[in-house]
Amino acid sequence: MIDLGPHAVYIVWAYLGVAVAIAALIGFKLVESRRLSARLAALETAGADRSATHP
Amino acid sequence: MNVENTSKQSWWTRIAHPGQFVAWSRRLLVPLWIATAALFVLGLWLAFFASPEDYQMGDTVRIMYVHVPTAWLSQFVYGVMSVSAIGTLVWRHPMADVSMKAAAPLGATFTALALYTGALWGRPTWGTFWEWDGRMTSTLVLLLIYFGIVALWRAFDDQLRAARIVAVFTLVGAVNIPIIKFSVDWWATLHQPASVFRLDGPTMPGSILTPLFVMVFAFTALFLTLHLIGMHTEVRRRRVMSLERRLAQRGAA
Repeated sequence: MIDLGPHAVYIVWAYLGVAVAIAALIGFKLVESRRLSARLAALETAGADRSATHP
Repeated sequence: MNVENTSKQSWWTRIAHPGQFVAWSRRLLVPLWIATAALFVLGLWLAFFASPEDYQMGDTVRIMYVHVPTAWLSQFVYGVMSVSAIGTLVWRHPMADVSMKAAAPLGATFTALALYTGALWGRPTWGTFWEWDGRMTSTLVLLLIYFGIVALWRAFDDQLRAARIVAVFTLVGAVNIPIIKFSVDWWATLHQPASVFRLDGPTMPGSILTPLFVMVFAFTALFLTLHLIGMHTEVRRRRVMSLERRLAQRGAA
């Protein structure tokens, strides 16, 4: 690893903060996407997408 | 709609119909993830191993490689939302409000990161984490506008009605974007004036400008990927709400 000089702590915290926030954002988006896909599949399996007049 | 008609659908229908949009744009996700990852690997390598330290700021210049891209996205995402708001108000485009809604939390995150990295860069460079100057204050106002937009979306059950109100609010808030851009010219500020896009060319050497551009492209690719995933999720959420409503009505009948 390169020497980041006397202000290394600011550089490390800046990159660490961005990395954690982006990892959390990606994780949240993927979990939300899978949760809704699963719910949609469950509703379609239950026949919610079929018309009430043509069961 | 039969199969023959489906194959002849116009590009407008393919963009406007939520189901069609998800079907064709899903294929873009893998290339977008690969491009994002490759750009980040290259950008981080350039930022830490190929870029020299600045003659005045020393190694803290490396904070610029995460600060400038997040600051750029804080405004670019708002631009995407403003164009989508016009799509909602003028054409009632079904995917325009989906795009607006999916972009808002991403814009808020990138704006918060721009303020966070700016504070950490400001302390060793200017001697302070925060100063109420034009650029920082107008960026904080942008973050509050993003929070307001996210809250407005959650305040309405009827998402079509919410879309029109949010679209008007978004376009009114767009006045803040040129204020952020020109704040360094209009008021006394700790920020330097524009140093990349200038009539007389960038004031940075290529060894610093190259990693900066690669990181800007990496963050922009990340936004495009997450925005697309967010739009797919929002389409599914509306379908789920519609099916749950139908099930409830059937149960009540």
